[in-house]
Amino acid sequence: MTTEAAPALATELITTGTAEGRRRRPRRATLKSAVKHILLIGVSLLMLYPLIWLVVSSLKPNDEIFRDLSIFTTDLTLENYISGWNDLQAPFGLYLANSMVISVGAIIGNLISCSLAAYAFARLRFRGRNLWFAVMLLGIMLPFQVVLIPQFVIFQQLGWLNTFLPLIVPKFLATDAFFIFLMVQFIRALPTEIFEAAKIDGAGHLRMFGQITLPLMIPALATTAIFTFIWTWGDFFGPLIYLREPGMFPAQVALKGFIDAQEASNFGAMFAMSVASLLPLFIVFLVGQRFLLRGFATTGIK
Amino acid sequence: MSSLGELRTIALNARRGGARPDPKKAYPDNKAGYLFLLPWFAGLLLLGIGPMAASLYLSLTDYNVLHPPFINPPDFVWFENYIEMFQDPKFWNAFRVTVEYVLVSVPLQLAFALALALLLDRGMRGLAFYRSAFYLPSLLGGSVAVAILWRQVFAKDGIFNGFLGWFGFTDLPGWIGHPDFALWTIIVLHIWTFGSPMVIFLAGLRQIPDMYYEAAEMDGAGRLRRFFSITIPLLTPIIFFNLVLQIIFAFQTFTQAYVVSGGTGGPADSTMFYTLFLYRTGWINYDMGTASAMAWFLLIVIGVFTAFNFWFSKFWVFYDD
Repeated sequence: MTTEAAPALATELITTGTAEGRRRRPRRATLKSAVKHILLIGVSLLMLYPLIWLVVSSLKPNDEIFRDLSIFTTDLTLENYISGWNDLQAPFGLYLANSMVISVGAIIGNLISCSLAAYAFARLRFRGRNLWFAVMLLGIMLPFQVVLIPQFVIFQQLGWLNTFLPLIVPKFLATDAFFIFLMVQFIRALPTEIFEAAKIDGAGHLRMFGQITLPLMIPALATTAIFTFIWTWGDFFGPLIYLREPGMFPAQVALKGFIDAQEASNFGAMFAMSVASLLPLFIVFLVGQRFLLRGFATTGIK
Repeated sequence: MSSLGELRTIALNARRGGARPDPKKAYPDNKAGYLFLLPWFAGLLLLGIGPMAASLYLSLTDYNVLHPPFINPPDFVWFENYIEMFQDPKFWNAFRVTVEYVLVSVPLQLAFALALALLLDRGMRGLAFYRSAFYLPSLLGGSVAVAILWRQVFAKDGIFNGFLGWFGFTDLPGWIGHPDFALWTIIVLHIWTFGSPMVIFLAGLRQIPDMYYEAAEMDGAGRLRRFFSITIPLLTPIIFFNLVLQIIFAFQTFTQAYVVSGGTGGPADSTMFYTLFLYRTGWINYDMGTASAMAWFLLIVIGVFTAFNFWFSKFWVFYDD
């Protein structure tokens, strides 16, 4: 249920990038470079200003938020966080915990099922492999709305509505084909000698998968874990249709409660909890930057 | 190199056909292969192909879920859902809003992504900072918190009007609440998330061998000439790749439309995106039959756009192999 799948491909493009040439030496005049930096800093400010404003506003007293739109203020308080935490039906910590349970479940599912499938597509020669591989790639492009309603009916019939199961179990069935593709690309780039040596030593496929492939593909697994976390944490649609009981809501759906109560809205509290819901994403972004942006061309095997 | 390239190769190989080798030798891992793929096959059957068939069937039925989990058995009605759907002006409004959104926001977003990727030189000072700053919004952009933020940015007393106020513009409307502008605020939100295609462009730019530029420079090609004769042609597969994916994703935009309009698609249905309309048909009005028909129409529309993209790519995408 992800709509922002492109980054994984970015990493994939970086890993499979072959022509990592020498650095091009910038030979521009310093003036040109200065103009460029001013432009880039300007764009950075435009990009980050709303986010910084959100954080600063969450720390301002409620009546200050719209009186002063600048991000410079001395009047900071944690009041919004305290009130926002208890403003909805349940303490916000419960919603964050729900998000965490769903995300961790999805990560475990994706890591297990996608790596198994990827090993088969990358290393095993079996009848129909190309056909199934093409089916999997087509699955990446299929809009999920087409399977949405029958899936909903299935989970409803199983009595899984209002549980986390519809959000976690599909991940154990390798439904996020993007990650299979990412891992296939990674395994294909591993040197075949390792596998040949293992085969001569009498290792079966289970051993080659568990003791050789998995340890070597940790960068690909880390990328999968990070993106699964980000997408699952940010998913709104899935929880919206499958979860009814407010006590089961993840943070994304709980935040909606602030909008529903629009008229009497406590903006400070809403902003504070928005920040609280973004914080885990931001931390994962900082920790996972290496995998998210730089790719892992150099962190593979030497 | 990309999943699209991969598909192309598979298609080409299939077309070539050729002699089949001895199956025992050619497929030594039949059993292991299918065992490792077991979870994926289960998913494909139970959550992919099965539901697709069911959804096609449901789209031909009157399937009204009154109070879940109580369900009326589906009632076969042939193409009634499709006919009713096509006669509904609200449906065409949702379709128009979405196509407008896709056609405006995707090219703009990719243009920004490419421009910024070109500005970011390898080894330049502050590269890591800029890259992170540009990428961060695309990570957070799909979240409810950012959509909530957006409501305030473009509210009557929001940051955007405050910013315009510095330049002497006063008495501005609340953009989110104005039928002529609400869609544009979501388009701006989409452009703001140009970071992820930008990262893909950066990776693509890095794959262009330096020797091409060196050779061109020796032949006396200027900056502009090098840009249009080397950078752009060699980048076309990446541009194409970004274009195909971003169009598919943009058609499925939901969260932003839902949150910005408070779930209503308002004001005056100006942000009633197709997926939001589908959600409301299925889960607010409990008409799952029509919602299934809408899902299939969406699949066809995305398919047509993608097919057109592939066909049109013959005229402008350059493969270096």
